[in-house]
Amino acid sequence: MPEPTTPTPPRRAAGGVGTHPAAPAGPRPHAAGVGTSPARPEAEAKVNGAFDYASDLHFDGMLWGHTLRSPHPSAGIRAVDTAPALALPGVHAVLTAADVPGKLHYGLIDADQPVLAAGEVRYQGEPVAIIAADTLDTARLAAEAIRVDYEVREPQCDPQAAVDAGNHFRYQPVRLGEPVTAEAAVIIAREYTVGMQDQAPLGPESGAAVPTGDGGVRLHVATQWLHSDLEQLAPCLDLEPDRIHMVMAGIGGAFGAREDLSVQAHMAMLALATGRPVKMMYDRAESFLGHVHRHPARMRYEHGADEHGRLVYVKAHIVLDGGAYASTTDAVVGNAASLAVGPYEVEHVAIDAWGARTNNPPCGAMRGFGGVQTCFAYESQMDALAEALGLDPLEIRRRNAVAQGSRLINGQIIDAPSPAAPAVVGSDAVPQAGTAPSPAPPGAAGADARPFSPLADMIDRIREIPVPAIPAARDILDLPGGTGNTTHGEGVRRGVGYGVGLKNVCYSEGFDDYSTARIRLELEDGEPVATIHTAAAEVGQGHWNLQTQIVRTELGVDRVRLAPNDTKVGSAGSSSASRQSYMTGGAVKAAAEAARALWTDRDLADGPIEATRVFRHRATKPMDAITGQGDSHVQLALCVHRATVDVDVELGLVKVVDLTCVQDVGKAMNPNALEGQIHGGTAQGLGLAVMEELVTVRGEVKNASFTDYLIPTILDMPPMRLHIVENADPEAPYGLRGAGEPPTLSSTPAIVAAIRDATGLALTRVPVRPEHLTTGRPS
Amino acid sequence: MSEGMRVRMRVDGAEIAADVDRPGESLLTSLRDRLGLTGSKNACEQGECGSCTVLLDGLPVCACLVATAQCEGREVKTVVGAVPRPVRDAFVACGAVQCGFCTPGLLVSVADLLDREPDPDDALIREALAGNLCRCTGYEKIIEAVHVAAEAMSDGVPRVPARSHLHHNQWINVTTFPRGDAETGEDTP
Ligand code: FES
Ligand code: FES
Repeated sequence: MPEPTTPTPPRRAAGGVGTHPAAPAGPRPHAAGVGTSPARPEAEAKVNGAFDYASDLHFDGMLWGHTLRSPHPSAGIRAVDTAPALALPGVHAVLTAADVPGKLHYGLIDADQPVLAAGEVRYQGEPVAIIAADTLDTARLAAEAIRVDYEVREPQCDPQAAVDAGNHFRYQPVRLGEPVTAEAAVIIAREYTVGMQDQAPLGPESGAAVPTGDGGVRLHVATQWLHSDLEQLAPCLDLEPDRIHMVMAGIGGAFGAREDLSVQAHMAMLALATGRPVKMMYDRAESFLGHVHRHPARMRYEHGADEHGRLVYVKAHIVLDGGAYASTTDAVVGNAASLAVGPYEVEHVAIDAWGARTNNPPCGAMRGFGGVQTCFAYESQMDALAEALGLDPLEIRRRNAVAQGSRLINGQIIDAPSPAAPAVVGSDAVPQAGTAPSPAPPGAAGADARPFSPLADMIDRIREIPVPAIPAARDILDLPGGTGNTTHGEGVRRGVGYGVGLKNVCYSEGFDDYSTARIRLELEDGEPVATIHTAAAEVGQGHWNLQTQIVRTELGVDRVRLAPNDTKVGSAGSSSASRQSYMTGGAVKAAAEAARALWTDRDLADGPIEATRVFRHRATKPMDAITGQGDSHVQLALCVHRATVDVDVELGLVKVVDLTCVQDVGKAMNPNALEGQIHGGTAQGLGLAVMEELVTVRGEVKNASFTDYLIPTILDMPPMRLHIVENADPEAPYGLRGAGEPPTLSSTPAIVAAIRDATGLALTRVPVRPEHLTTGRPS
Repeated sequence: MSEGMRVRMRVDGAEIAADVDRPGESLLTSLRDRLGLTGSKNACEQGECGSCTVLLDGLPVCACLVATAQCEGREVKTVVGAVPRPVRDAFVACGAVQCGFCTPGLLVSVADLLDREPDPDDALIREALAGNLCRCTGYEKIIEAVHVAAEAMSDGVPRVPARSHLHHNQWINVTTFPRGDAETGEDTP
């Protein structure tokens, strides 16, 4: 893809004739710096149809790759006959497990997933053979010609039964206080279900592998984490990592779907086998089978509260279905367990969370990552408690809201501000400057006796924003059913509901989480030009733009370039866990500070300056295997949503008419992009609330298309009003807080609460379907 | 394989001949894979997502649902040739582009809408864009961009959109949320 360049903002006078621009003394406001909303560097290419996505790649002489996948969720493989496929004209290679050059398995956390199935398939859609042919059509015909002799088996599709049989990827309990003997004035016990959601990024899995001629291979691929791909690939290809060059191709959305390998190993094998460039691109149906999904969940919750609505205890039994392979289930279970009660204080806790191993499609990362499922359950429980006690839903949340000094259920204390600086190391001789803590505003420390509670503050803010009124005259299109013209308003009920989400930012549980940035500074036409090199994935969130903003702020330069993301610079970690602004933002800031220090002592006319920095957030600790205790999270972010819905109670149709959101972002680095993240995250939460579910029957996916798997259209989305709060985190670069995931947590329970308010139904399952609203009304 | 056929059409102003060897080949496949014109995107090939929207003799169609063989002598306009500059500028300025995969199709649909209706209200915009899926933006900024584009096209003055939402851009309190032992990671480059 072309090297992304950034539009040059209006030039400031840079020194007189014969003088060279000098280093700025420190960071300073810049017209396109931190806190502003400049145009994205790649926006012009994207609106001109010139941005090269992975599916747009073309190489001379390239072949098309294709995957043969198992139609069965569980089967033995007696034999694979590839001869009929190889006999077709235009077919260049047909490879099976026997052709995998190195290690047979890969995986993000545990290497348990076969590159190609050997002897057995464990989910429907598991890759069995791969083909390279002149055209995609020919490759597809060849796949049909391969004869696989399956011995079909009974799939294990019930996650609870799998757990009972000891088939789980992780079990994580959390214990606090005396949950067994705790007594409460009011007890709410319910079971909740979350369906399997799909990330459904519009850009399909795609990429191209190009043999380098020396036995190595270059991969152009749309992925969330280049270095992790490389680490998993190299042993499977039996190549030294330096023989594989990974280059980012344009990414059409990710949302977790590009965490795991998809086309990478397959196209590399085909390219190495044929000696020719090989392109792979999934169609939509294959995309639904070819990436992991959000874990479906069954959660039995019991909340006990005193007569004032204060939580006494919470017990929960959480089963997440990890499907056939490990993927990131381990981390999803850790999040689900540690965030199982949300941002509320409670003394007695007994949580048991499992990630089950079944023959359902593998599940892994999706925006919200373990937080989404439990958030639906604990927020539904808070509403049920409020109802039982005759309390306002915001009031019960306020009474239980965590504050500074509160203990989360993993034992982590929400402490007073700390001046500790993030850890930064560099590869040049300049000692790093300590990061100054953000300035405390006047009155920040304690005149108020009650410790500051960001959540209580956010609840007060959302209370002040008026609920939209029901218009006197409504267009039929505005009613549930919309263009279907199903009602004139009779049977339509309005409801309002709230949801609060708490999400961990960055990697937790002791993971060595870091990012790397290299900055080169040189003179061009007498002007300083900065080039940023990282491996961080621009998935659409605006990360490239953010990097240029940081460099403009730190170095005061107008001209900033982005080198292509690849593995010739250190790892950036994944664009996931809302971490990239914090982590690669932190690395770019540190590298820019180092470059500035070097520049102070040098004239750029004497040659370019280069600084590379590795940035780490503070270390975390694993969760104790028996009690779940441990300082496992780095940063937590909060979002509060209010949903207003109209429900046609006769037809079971829901129209979300308003979504209002208060989110704490620490620092609005790029207000425009930030709003876009909150809007988009909210939309995916709406999808889970009322429409999105990948339906499986006995392990078989029944709706792998955009015809049958519905994602919100512009007609489904209401206006979204945002109220953005900036409670700076002094440990994070610029005080920022990861922002991409929290709204995906809170919008789902808010919408379901609003539907409950309109209908009086208990609604313990998402997505809510029309039949849930038209049958089984409560007595 | 059936016998090849040559289809002549005008694409974004250029006379182009496509040699199609299957009668059913879609216009989208011909544009992307045969002619190397990858501006129009393929996200479903089922007429569901609108990423492949082009103007065929001035009317918006899903290029994945049109057979190239039907396009003999006709005029095709993609994102490259169908979209007035102010519409593209408005999408960039408003943040209506995130990953951008939906953008080429959306821009063509918006160009068609503004051609028919120079000052559409929200309801009209939603109706006109209901066939274009976007997974990233939640559509809010797309609606804003259409309004900004409509205004700019009415008087020729480009605009920077006003921030449309409530903001609380001040430091309310300095909070670490949460913080454990201030233990830093081990540093290795
Ligand atoms: S690719 Fe044509 S509508 Fe989706
Ligand atoms: S911007 Fe990514 S799909 Fe619309």
